[in-house]
Amino acid sequence: MNFLEQYNYWIVILLMMSGFYIVIAHGNLIKKLMGLTVFQTSVFILYISISKVIGGTAPILDDQYTVYSNPLPHVLILTAIVVGVATTALGLALAVRIKEAYGTVEEDVIQEKDLQQEGSAE
Amino acid sequence: MRLKPIRIRSRAIEILINVILLAFLAITALSLAFTKDLFASVMLTGIYSLLSAAFFVLMDAVDVAFTEAAVGAGISTILMVTTLTMTGRFENRKLHHPKIALSVVIVTGVMLVIGTMDMPAFGSDTAPAQVHLAPYFIMQSGEDIDIPNIVTSVLASYRGFDTFGEVVVVFTAVIGVLALLEFSRKDNESAEKPAPMSQHKILRIVSKILIPPIMLFALYVQFHGEYGPGGGFQAGVIFASSIILYAMLFGIEQTRKAVSMPVVKVLAALGVLIYGSVGIVSMLNGGNYLDYNALAESNITGQHVGIIIIELGVGITVATAMILIFLTFARRIGKTNEGTA
Repeated sequence: MNFLEQYNYWIVILLMMSGFYIVIAHGNLIKKLMGLTVFQTSVFILYISISKVIGGTAPILDDQYTVYSNPLPHVLILTAIVVGVATTALGLALAVRIKEAYGTVEEDVIQEKDLQQEGSAE
Repeated sequence: MRLKPIRIRSRAIEILINVILLAFLAITALSLAFTKDLFASVMLTGIYSLLSAAFFVLMDAVDVAFTEAAVGAGISTILMVTTLTMTGRFENRKLHHPKIALSVVIVTGVMLVIGTMDMPAFGSDTAPAQVHLAPYFIMQSGEDIDIPNIVTSVLASYRGFDTFGEVVVVFTAVIGVLALLEFSRKDNESAEKPAPMSQHKILRIVSKILIPPIMLFALYVQFHGEYGPGGGFQAGVIFASSIILYAMLFGIEQTRKAVSMPVVKVLAALGVLIYGSVGIVSMLNGGNYLDYNALAESNITGQHVGIIIIELGVGITVATAMILIFLTFARRIGKTNEGTA
């Protein structure tokens, strides 16, 4: 039973770490943003897992039920999802501008171009 | 007496679905880390969102699932695809020090796993998270606010100030996107290109039939949020998706004729203003900021009026924000490709 008690948390950690890996190992800015999205959603899954009460039902009041899952994490995550897509859009907008300025969204190429520019300026 | 074994069996099935859904999520996230094709990656993030929405339903978080399905699997997938048309489909083969990255990730992961040993068991009703605020909301919200959906009560009333902050963040992000992509646009009106999907007759006709019911459904979700899952956030996203569907089929310029951009921009600000003014009005009536009890003679009526108005503000801001973000991105496509081709 111990395995099932902690299973959700372990999967959350696995998801979080794959998001983390994408952010640090991939050089493409769009891919990095996808990694951040995965990371973010893993936090959502953690909160929602914590809110679950076994035998409970969705927190909408009804005379037939007495046990409800915790509504507070639901509220926090609901707003976080919408804010998350808005901030991701901001990140994507930045990536588009970088593409227009540098002709690429690969981190190392951008860095090379920056270094070249510094070299020619001196 | 006869109910008991059925209930136990249904719980076992719930746990089984939980295990399988989370395993699917893990597989999707891992394959995302090893895919080089960015288009495939976008589709994987869409699948990931849809799976997590299914998981949220299983965890009784119906409002959250609703939002995740509309936002994660809908809007953000479309935004990513739109961005990809500007930035290119394939990423560089080379990873940055993959071995160091992998070891950092593994070490962090192992430490986190050790941390979970102290976590309360999954689904336990005596966990610290369940014993402080949650019982109050569950017991009192019926009496204080008198609407069935506790999530809406907490979102719009108990934590109304917090939600106001979230709406302002969405609004600010839109200003950022507009500043980056719209205001910096050099105004060379590119020749009107035919919409990419206008050739598909079936898509066009089916979507034309679908768009009005989607809008109607958005309004239902908006005004039914007190009684079932839903509310301003979900309704806003669903409403925006109908406009986005229209834009994808009939072209951006055509959509801009139907949906006036200056009006949409003003509406985005108006939503925030509506929300904020409710707080001011309750202060003028002698209450605290966003204290709906001060809005009407009886507390319950005040709560109902307050919640309906602020949900409307949220809905307007979220819908216009998503429309603005999509149209701004899509309009940029022509320009970026001209600049780099």
